[in-house]
Amino acid sequence: MRKQFVTTTERLLDEDERVVVLLGDIGVFAFRNAFKKHPQRVLNIGILEQATVSVAAGLAKEGFIPLFHSIAPFVVERAFEQIKVDFGYQSLGGNFVSVGGSYDYAALGCSHHCPGDVSLMQAIPGVEIIVPGHPAELDALMSQTYASGHPTYYRLSERSNRTAHPVTFGKAEVIRSGNGPTVVTVGPFLDRVIEALEGADATILYYTTISPFDAATLQQHAGDGRILCVEPFYEGTLAASVTQALRGKRIALSSMGVPRQFLTSYGHADYHDRACGLLPADIRARFDELLHV
Amino acid sequence: MSDAGFVSATVNQPAIEAQIRGIRTNIIRAASVAGEGHIASAFSILDILYVLYHGILRHDPQQPQDPQRDRFVLSKGHASLGIYGILAERGFFPKEELNTFASSSGRLGGHPDSRKVPGVEASTGSLGHGMPMAAGMALGLKIRASDSRVVCIVGDGECNEGAVWEGALLAAHHQLGNFTCVVDYNHSGDRALMLGDISAKFRSFGWETTEIDGHDHEQIRAALEPHGGSVPRAIIANTIKGHGCKDMENNPAWHHKAPKADELEALLAQLT
Repeated sequence: MRKQFVTTTERLLDEDERVVVLLGDIGVFAFRNAFKKHPQRVLNIGILEQATVSVAAGLAKEGFIPLFHSIAPFVVERAFEQIKVDFGYQSLGGNFVSVGGSYDYAALGCSHHCPGDVSLMQAIPGVEIIVPGHPAELDALMSQTYASGHPTYYRLSERSNRTAHPVTFGKAEVIRSGNGPTVVTVGPFLDRVIEALEGADATILYYTTISPFDAATLQQHAGDGRILCVEPFYEGTLAASVTQALRGKRIALSSMGVPRQFLTSYGHADYHDRACGLLPADIRARFDELLHV
Repeated sequence: MSDAGFVSATVNQPAIEAQIRGIRTNIIRAASVAGEGHIASAFSILDILYVLYHGILRHDPQQPQDPQRDRFVLSKGHASLGIYGILAERGFFPKEELNTFASSSGRLGGHPDSRKVPGVEASTGSLGHGMPMAAGMALGLKIRASDSRVVCIVGDGECNEGAVWEGALLAAHHQLGNFTCVVDYNHSGDRALMLGDISAKFRSFGWETTEIDGHDHEQIRAALEPHGGSVPRAIIANTIKGHGCKDMENNPAWHHKAPKADELEALLAQLT
């Protein structure tokens, strides 16, 4: 997905002179051709995320479309207030592209884990949040939204689904329709949800846009109100959007995602999937609980 | 500047002093009506703002978004009454509107809002945001090869914020010769953190610096003239918080306070 991010960004740089890329001293080698081709609009800005976001806001005020890329905790958590005030409050358009969401950088420890990025960005009115599950989806969604005039957060993942879906910004995809509980899942978690629900009577809704949340698709496919959210970030991140979409309806909501505790071990993301109870068997067990509600 | 289409202003010194006294009066009255305001912070920078908007910054109150304008960012947004007073005097909005300051139906907030107020380039208030935002504007103008420039004012307390120094690093590295940062050095931050020789700090970050009396118009004007070159300029303006109103000068009690009705006339009477 990171490779696709570079390819897509190179294309946008070629096509749109308003695009300015600010790298937080990561991805510099990957962008080596873009540096040569657009020396004024591709900058390794350095490791100073707060000022970078403010500088990006200044560029946006001058008519440019900034794209800031760094690791999730440094884009979102360190520079949160700058995103909130300089972009959110001032209604400026800009793109924030992270890697290392949740425990993609598992071995680097807590400072580089970031399961709370999407929750935080949800707290800023007007921010668009995109979590693609496949490189082709990233390309499609970036192309649709990079110039939206809103602050847009793209969460790149180290792991992708095997196949891409024809995604549209702001729209959920109905992967499967059934009579049992409805499973809402996001980006790179789709494959494991499909595997988990093999043979189960379930509806599967696939979200790559988290904000604005596609309430209509959920309303149409909520069945009898038994909903399981399987989230690649903090568990419960989608809960407010889901309950608001189904307000006035009796629902049984179950959320599973990264537990709200510090992850103190290292290893690989696969290890944390197991430790966090996010393997297909865990998903199936949680789904089966809803069958008895 | 006297570029065609932009407003320049040249008047004699007694008239200038009368104008500034009038602006101070408007500011104190606005704060009194609102029961809110950082008057002393506004008075600290009023002479600098006056000079900026009288012959330095290219601006057109009728076309506040003219691409050819120079940009001004009040990074220390709590001094909003200062910029409102000047913008009203220049005609960006009616002077009467000052008396809607901080009201629920007004657009002149306790901190300035670029989405509401003509002439306000950036919404500031959280310290340390405006300066690097102004640097980003200067970077954008440089990429576009525009000859417009960007001036911002930061407070000395604001210089506690790391983002100011991040912005200083970036502005020097990207050779933003079109960027000027004025430090309103009224020492109000000394009670928390001594900044010492700010000029030396900016110089060590690669900036050109100059130190002035922030209430001497000739010194302010000379320092603010476009300086050319490829490095940003920091102007360390030694100022008096509350300048022009004796009871407020260097009086921490007036940092965030509005005059009550029975205080108003006495304060107005002592304005210089």
